[in-house]
Amino acid sequence: MNATLDIHRLQFAFTVTFHYIFPQLTMGLAFLLFVLKTLALRTGKEHYNDALRFWARIFGINFALGVVTGIPMEFQFGTNWSVFSRTAGSVIGQTLAMEGIFSFFLESSFLGLLLYGERRLGRIGHWVSALLVWVGSWLSGYLIVATDAWMQRPVGYSMGPQGQFYLASFWALLLNRWALWQFAHTMLGALQTGCFVMAAIGAYYLLGDRDVAHGRTFLRVAVIVGLIASVLQLYPTGDSQGQMIAQNQPVTLAAMEGLFHTESGAPLVIVGQPDVERQRIDNPVTIPTALSFLTYRRWGAEVSGLNRFPQADWPDRIPLLYFSYHIMVGLGTVFIGIMLIAALDLWRGRLYSSRPILWVLLLSLPFPYIANTAGWVTAEVGRQPWLIYGLQRTAAGVSPLVSEGNVWFTFLGFAGMYTVLGILFLFLVAHEIDRGPEALAASMMPKAIAEPVR
Amino acid sequence: MSAAWFCLVALMLAAYVLLDGFDLGAGILHLGIARTDAERRAVISTIGPVWDANEVWLLAAGGTLYFAFPALYASGFSGFYLPLMIVLWLLMLRGISLEFRSHVRGPVWTPLCDTVFCGASALLAIFFGAALGNVVRGLPLDASGSFFEPLWTNFRLGSDTGILDWYTILVGLAAYFALAQHGALWLRYKTTGTLAERARSLARISWIFVLVLTAVITYSSFIVQPHIWANFSAHPWGLIFPALALAGLAGVYVWTSPSTSATAEFRAFAGSCAYLAGMLTSAAYGLFPIVLPARGNPAYSLTIDNAKAGDYGLKIGLIWWSIGMVLAAVYFVFVYRYFAGKVSAEAQDQNGHGLY
Repeated sequence: MNATLDIHRLQFAFTVTFHYIFPQLTMGLAFLLFVLKTLALRTGKEHYNDALRFWARIFGINFALGVVTGIPMEFQFGTNWSVFSRTAGSVIGQTLAMEGIFSFFLESSFLGLLLYGERRLGRIGHWVSALLVWVGSWLSGYLIVATDAWMQRPVGYSMGPQGQFYLASFWALLLNRWALWQFAHTMLGALQTGCFVMAAIGAYYLLGDRDVAHGRTFLRVAVIVGLIASVLQLYPTGDSQGQMIAQNQPVTLAAMEGLFHTESGAPLVIVGQPDVERQRIDNPVTIPTALSFLTYRRWGAEVSGLNRFPQADWPDRIPLLYFSYHIMVGLGTVFIGIMLIAALDLWRGRLYSSRPILWVLLLSLPFPYIANTAGWVTAEVGRQPWLIYGLQRTAAGVSPLVSEGNVWFTFLGFAGMYTVLGILFLFLVAHEIDRGPEALAASMMPKAIAEPVR
Repeated sequence: MSAAWFCLVALMLAAYVLLDGFDLGAGILHLGIARTDAERRAVISTIGPVWDANEVWLLAAGGTLYFAFPALYASGFSGFYLPLMIVLWLLMLRGISLEFRSHVRGPVWTPLCDTVFCGASALLAIFFGAALGNVVRGLPLDASGSFFEPLWTNFRLGSDTGILDWYTILVGLAAYFALAQHGALWLRYKTTGTLAERARSLARISWIFVLVLTAVITYSSFIVQPHIWANFSAHPWGLIFPALALAGLAGVYVWTSPSTSATAEFRAFAGSCAYLAGMLTSAAYGLFPIVLPARGNPAYSLTIDNAKAGDYGLKIGLIWWSIGMVLAAVYFVFVYRYFAGKVSAEAQDQNGHGLY
């Protein structure tokens, strides 16, 4: 049974991790597209419209991949986790169905208009399309986060006749406190990805001495938004997320921090490898009493270690949880530093000519993806061994009749398919970046913006 | 309440079939109907701005099914594990070939994309038809409401059925030709010149297959699933659904004759919509109140009552679902009106920098 359970989990983890490469960029970029369109409307400069069209094409590629890799996520609730779906579908089906009905229709309709409808919609209509694509993508994010939040902190449910969970309060489900903070934290993470990608492309153009005017615009917009997002990511959203884990999942907090034994004035581990067998951290570098302060706002407060909880309730992959959490926090801190330096340079008017910081921005491109992924790994591995925290164990939620061999078959199929998708994605995006916004604008010149000709 | 949700889910699935059906159908015909690059771009231009919005209906219908009948979603999706995963891969291949085609042109990439697009569309039509055939035929449900079917066993309707047997393959083929006809009528309605004429004659050819296969699967469905006959003989008013399908099929024939007016193009497409809607609602009516019939012990069948979600959730869902559907209808009307009108291959030629 364990091997079967593991491959079910591995397939879900693999497909959702690959999927989230795309929405984290589209959710962040949706806001930046709206900013560019607003700048175009306010200044009346065609330059911003050219920038918008360039990014809208990259957005379109990411959106298409987000859709095709997103459908398997909804399906897998039924295919691989049927007992979970049967018991919890009355509750989480609400938010999942709302995502389809409220945000997907909105996004897919107005993305078509944003990409193909500029000429006939007019300036205001096109601006409204950009706004609605942004609203749709963040609404989609909210409903998915609310679904996850219910699994992390189940609220607003009652028990049905066969042990299913029935929805008892719609607003409790929708306004779960966990969902509100997690949403803010997730959207800021998506904004960071959007900003770092936009800044990296801007830096790439300036370093290569091409598309210079656009490169500067990308850098300016991305650095300003990126600095704000990076600061808010740490405080208050990251901090509040941590507080909520401390209150609702104290054993998860202990595992994330590598705190094996309950301590008063607990230290914060910065570096070190957890050794679960010997219950200690190897070669630790710590800040004394900092964990107590961050958790309870008192330097001497007692923080529960793993030893206070039965081992059956410990997250089952403590080292993975510990490292993903530390990677997320470490990178988040570095992001603030990078964006702060870039913003200072921008303010002093030296950013566009300072090659070292342009190089740093260019090479930073993969790291927000890593940080966002590590953040989700922290949330979901931290939820283990529960599928619905405190209510249903992961082992109890899996489809009983889908054999190990059949899941291996589909897992390998997904692995092959996603390898192809990943290569095509990189090829297409590289193609768009290589052409650049100026050449794109020139190719559309006579007709302003192409739309299907009839 | 659960009967209302049965109708709403059936309605959403029908909307999906009517909408995504024409772009799947256009995909099935793509390689045959469009010979030059300009013609192929014209075909893709007719569906380019709308196909992903059409596909969203599958997600929205799936999500609605999940929240209204969670036990059905759980049983059906885990039991149809293999075909659903294959459908996912086909949807990916199809979506990516369309997306890729609009970004990169060339003598290698374009035909590759066209072939993948065409093949994936054809297989999807067959798999969707076979899935419907499985639901009508019944499934080996156990006491917990679970089942698992391999892709095929011995292709017979014995005790050990697979996804594919002679009956479900027949339904799959019927779906293939029905969607080919639907796509041909869409292309005729949306294009001009030789392309539209070719679409008309392809619709005519598909029509013959549709007629024969409809007769065959209707006859065999009554044998395979006796519950359908019981429903129709107990409540004969339900015969309006098969009547709608027949009227639609007749309409397709009348309005695809060579000498017809421009309004006939739209009427023939509407006839195909009526046919598809009539067939789907007939199946739903024939099974009601069963949503997943069990082969063997009928007591294990999933019905709207033992598969439904809690009443409070269903009630509150009715409120937001109605609001959401009104909004979705507004967007759809807006987008379809915006992209209304014909696409011509000649214009595609003059305009090398078009989107597709």
